[in-house]
Amino acid sequence: MWERIIALVIKELLAILRDPRGRMVIIVPPILQLVVFSYAATLEVKNADIVILNRDSGKWGHELIQRIDGAPTFRNLIRTSDERVLHDLIERQEVIAALQIGPTFSRDIEARRSGDVQIILDGRRSNAAQIVSSYLSQIVATLADDLATPGQRAASVTIAPRYWFNPNLTFVWFTVPSLVAIIALLIGLVVTALSVARERELGTFDQLMVSPLRTHEILIGKLTPPMMIGLVHITLYVLAAIFLFGIPLRGSLILLYGSAIFYLASVVGIGLFISSLSMTQQQAILGAFVFIVPAVLLSGFATPIENMPDWLQPVTFVNPLRYFLIVVKGVFLKDIPVSEVVHNTIPLALIALCTLSAAAWLFRSRLE
Amino acid sequence: MRNAPNMSTASGRTRRLAALVRKETYQIIRDPSSILIAFVLPLILLFLFGYGVSLDATRTRIGVVVETMTPLTQDLASSFAASRYFEVRQGRDRREFEEALVVGDVRGIVVIPDSFAADFAAQNHPQVQVIVDGTDPNTANFVQGYAQGVVTTWLRQRASETPKETAGITVEQRFWFNPELTSRYFLVPGSIAIVMTLIGTLLTALVVAREWERGTMEAMMATPVTAFELLAGKILPYFILAMTSMTLCVIVAVFIFGVPFRGSILALYAISAAFLLPALGQGLLISAATKNQFLASQLALLSAFLPAFLLSGFLFEIGSMPIVIQWISAVVPARYLIPSLQTVFLAGDVWPLFLTNISVLLLAGAIFLGLAARSTAKRLG
Repeated sequence: MWERIIALVIKELLAILRDPRGRMVIIVPPILQLVVFSYAATLEVKNADIVILNRDSGKWGHELIQRIDGAPTFRNLIRTSDERVLHDLIERQEVIAALQIGPTFSRDIEARRSGDVQIILDGRRSNAAQIVSSYLSQIVATLADDLATPGQRAASVTIAPRYWFNPNLTFVWFTVPSLVAIIALLIGLVVTALSVARERELGTFDQLMVSPLRTHEILIGKLTPPMMIGLVHITLYVLAAIFLFGIPLRGSLILLYGSAIFYLASVVGIGLFISSLSMTQQQAILGAFVFIVPAVLLSGFATPIENMPDWLQPVTFVNPLRYFLIVVKGVFLKDIPVSEVVHNTIPLALIALCTLSAAAWLFRSRLE
Repeated sequence: MRNAPNMSTASGRTRRLAALVRKETYQIIRDPSSILIAFVLPLILLFLFGYGVSLDATRTRIGVVVETMTPLTQDLASSFAASRYFEVRQGRDRREFEEALVVGDVRGIVVIPDSFAADFAAQNHPQVQVIVDGTDPNTANFVQGYAQGVVTTWLRQRASETPKETAGITVEQRFWFNPELTSRYFLVPGSIAIVMTLIGTLLTALVVAREWERGTMEAMMATPVTAFELLAGKILPYFILAMTSMTLCVIVAVFIFGVPFRGSILALYAISAAFLLPALGQGLLISAATKNQFLASQLALLSAFLPAFLLSGFLFEIGSMPIVIQWISAVVPARYLIPSLQTVFLAGDVWPLFLTNISVLLLAGAIFLGLAARSTAKRLG
């Protein structure tokens, strides 16, 4: 039995790796993806351009602009005296925000009244706009605080933030471990989805079915190569994460790999299931996409699962990415306890079991 | 018909083109996977963005630790409990929540320390500690920002109970185009761009790569069909399919999910049509270069789908990326589509913006289609 399986595994690996372009596509792009997207996937706001309309001629308006100019978040401060220019720049998305300083700003401040500032933000990019808005408000609040006399200073409470596991809130510490899981899903699913569909399209699947191989042997033969490729990828990513991005590895690699095997098995199971439903390679790839896109959205990667509506949260239970994201980020940054890894690996094993049995059943039902 | 047809006549060309388009259309209609990608996936995406996934953090679970119970600290703690952004579990010691933070049961711990009441009374820089889970920086920022908000509101309420003359600066904030900051208003236009990328580039690349793989492309070239007709025969049906899918998305977005549509239909179609040229060109180029479905799908994934998600300004600000990555993003067609779509939905017709983006897209389209035509024609020579 094992010889037959090994022969099939070798044949499958050759089918993917024989073509030099195939080898390139399996190895090079995932590494590029990791590097490019790790740096791209940032929700920070830097180099933002804003426009300023200062109607005030006194020194406090000038002081406020100076302080904004000094802030590292902003790149270009465009000054204008024409409200239409300001509207145009926002509409054309050349700036993300506009700051208008009222004509009596300095006079009001010197008379100990409240000075007026108006901030207009581009709601089309509401995420970035909110961040810019909080930066601007902070600058204004600091100025107001500096202006107030001790008697006027309102009672204040400082918030002292502490970021556990990632003290400087470095974004790549979040993106790289997450991308390890996401890219492994993409590659694993596409490679597997194609394997049965390609044979079916070429007509060699029927030959495989009438060969002495049993269904579970075919399944193991189809399952092993993508898992091997997936493990190689995960290893490359983990090395890149540690040595290229300098991300601390606080937990145990054994736990990570132990969980990764079940993650890959569940991914490959889903891939084989899609593949055995498809008649052509095109159907298999597109079917894989119809799974991948919602899976990434419902994984907790970009938006926490607890923010989703209650009826949607159960849908995420069948998403392997959801569990493995917790494990990868946890092992890298938090050194999560073994029980937590096991707790997130059991669902992965269950998903693998269900999808692989379904795929095997679909193989067999093709025989009859 | 029987006498040698004049291949260069306009009618012959139209007839051949029509036949090619018809063949391709049958192929689309008969394959359930193209329907899946053009109509089912868009509906799933819109549905998820419309009802489920939002970037607005609400009901984030946190722990609030009150180290010493006094009326003052209890009042502040109940302000946290009353906030609509938090789901609060209260405790007396931060260690109660430390494990919950490690396993992700809470996203942050707010600690009102022992000395808070005394410091507050003495105006001696009272402090509230906010410990957040830094493994998800976005949520961490939200938690910190909302905690700040709760404390500020709490201070203001107390101040109004004990009135005092305050000077300062009033900030009036307005978010144009999307005053409530509803994230689906900008996610939905972005997801339309993703769908059009999938149809334009991935589906086209796959279909044509399959023809190369099976040799039907070469067979076609032995017929009187010219390379131009061959490409046009591929482009037209997928162009129409993508436009139909886009129209469906817009109808669902506007009438079911209530996304405002403030621009004109003309602008919407002009931008989408301009986008499809480089998208389809890229798909054809990939298929001609690889002639293999597996390679084509991997390349389409890498060069079109992922960039449309990550390098287009859909979720992440291009201006905040390192400069090299900003250069790379300049060649991603979706980058020019997404701001225009967001504008046509939320802001209205801003033609200077549209025209700039449309010209870039047309230029990119000419380059991609030119390259695709060259690599297709080469096989003939």
